[in-house]
Amino acid sequence: MTAHTNPRSLSIPALENVYDSLAEAIDRAGQEKTNLFLVKLALLNANALGDADLFRQHLDAALRDL
Amino acid sequence: MHKPMAEPRPSIYYPYKVHAPWLPATGEQVQQHPVLIVGAGPSGLVTALELARHGVRSVVLNSELQVSQGSRAIVFTRRSMEILQQVGVAHRITENGLPWRFGNSYYRGQHVFRLEGPHDPHDRFFPMINIQQQYLEEYLLDACAANPLIELRWGNRCTNVRQEGARVLAEVDTPHGPYMIESEWLVAADGGRSSIRSALNLPLEGNSYEGNFVIADIRVDLPLPTERLAYFDPEWNPGNTVLMHREPLGIWRVDFQLPAGETPEQALQPDRLKARIDAQLAMIGYAGIPWEMDWNSVYSARALTLPDYVHGRFLFVGDAAHVLPIFGVRGANTGFQDAQQLAWHLAFVLRGLASETLLANYSRERVGAAREIIDEAGKSTRFMTPPAGGFKLLRDAVLSLSLSQEFVRPLYHWRTSRPHEYTNSRLNSAGDDNKLFTAGPADGAPPRNVRLGADDFLLDHLGGGLDLIYFTDASAVPGPLREVVMRARERGVPIKLTAVSSVGDLDVAGADRTLIDRDGQFRERYGVSAAGAAYLLRPDQHVCARWLTLDASRLSAALHNLLSA
Repeated sequence: MTAHTNPRSLSIPALENVYDSLAEAIDRAGQEKTNLFLVKLALLNANALGDADLFRQHLDAALRDL
Repeated sequence: MHKPMAEPRPSIYYPYKVHAPWLPATGEQVQQHPVLIVGAGPSGLVTALELARHGVRSVVLNSELQVSQGSRAIVFTRRSMEILQQVGVAHRITENGLPWRFGNSYYRGQHVFRLEGPHDPHDRFFPMINIQQQYLEEYLLDACAANPLIELRWGNRCTNVRQEGARVLAEVDTPHGPYMIESEWLVAADGGRSSIRSALNLPLEGNSYEGNFVIADIRVDLPLPTERLAYFDPEWNPGNTVLMHREPLGIWRVDFQLPAGETPEQALQPDRLKARIDAQLAMIGYAGIPWEMDWNSVYSARALTLPDYVHGRFLFVGDAAHVLPIFGVRGANTGFQDAQQLAWHLAFVLRGLASETLLANYSRERVGAAREIIDEAGKSTRFMTPPAGGFKLLRDAVLSLSLSQEFVRPLYHWRTSRPHEYTNSRLNSAGDDNKLFTAGPADGAPPRNVRLGADDFLLDHLGGGLDLIYFTDASAVPGPLREVVMRARERGVPIKLTAVSSVGDLDVAGADRTLIDRDGQFRERYGVSAAGAAYLLRPDQHVCARWLTLDASRLSAALHNLLSA
């Protein structure tokens, strides 16, 4: 996957930070709004990514092994 | 025995006139006509008017004795107005309609998107104009009544059709009983529930979307401009969308989706409807304002088309050919384009200028247009009324983000009806210079209007046949070009030669008319940088050839291609 070679990939402490803050944000959104919250987040991230092809790769990666 | 409604339909603003039915004389022989048009809605009437313009007689059957019940189609696009101008009624719509160009989207009380329809000073018509369908039909009917080539028969319902050899036999019922009528061609303009489509057992293909929509017309005095208003996920109708449009005479259209599981009958119960309209008016800041109901109905969002509009001697047009969702004003606006297109194709066949295979081109181009429209309509529908699951989630995420994030707001963009470009049409000339132009309407594209002076525009001068637009600064059109045009005319091809000159006020010899383009704006809009360039427009004003330098042999080739497709 691109994550290993991406110079902009997260350091391990930063990844741990994302892990915690995403988990906490999901709890803050509440069960009923979790989906809505995650879709909003995905759209914000996709826009920041600025790369529809890369986003599509992320969709495929996330759909794997569900 | 056909019994059309003989009392004026109820309306608080439109004075319905009940016409006398057309009755057959007893013992009359079966009458023969070149064209029978079944249906006197916008598509059927424009077909009749445009056919007459090409010299073709028609009989139009109207099963009713009066114009449509309720306002139905209320928003007409610029291209529709350009087509209606061709058949002589645009000025009446301009006089009485409400032009507009802005659309507004609201979510949780916040104005999240404003759409601006482009309005070029070279356009005669606004991007949109609102008028109730009754008026549109009235103007078209007046134009038909004034035309000796059109015979409109009120109160005549087509009950049965069959093709025998190269003719169509139709059984027509009237308040005095049935009669038979025979025609070379039958135009099915009998609407979304086309009985001719059913009789021929022709299935539609496409999608039906979830949900039903109430459309209600009310008279209410709201001090708001003529702009489209869209309210997403309002508190009184959670998850659904509400649309509002101003119509002439103090009428407002309110559209909204029914909550899941509610039947049309339940939704149209007066008390329930009143409560919802009250809630909508309160939400936009007019709680308790008095209003009066004129008309209401329930629609479903379907996007369907016949895969072929020509079946033997039956030709389908407008809603009879396709059923399109109400979002995006695609119904009547698509029907006008069908009608204009069908009329010249059929007229050319009837006048012996082209073979019947030209009609296959009508079907190819308009089915292609309908499929493009269905694709666009699907995108609008998935945003306005998303199906449960992923689309609903995404739509709701966009609504939520739009309150603070600029980048999602263009997703509110309202895709509206626009003219199809026949880019791959077989009528486009292969040997022209289309690809060498860097500007101007390309082969297959609709025309681009040009302001020539005060209340004087290019499209005022075009139509009724082919138009050759020749850009020159010389005093005369070259002889060999005039020769080609003359020879075509001798064969009966309707073609007009318009010279566009940048010098002087003298008419260019050999041209049917000369338009002066002193400031070069015409040439700029058509991507013309040197004299000798030309455009050939079809009778629907779409481009079918353009040249940087026109010569007689290439003009001949383009005309031959058009007439032998």
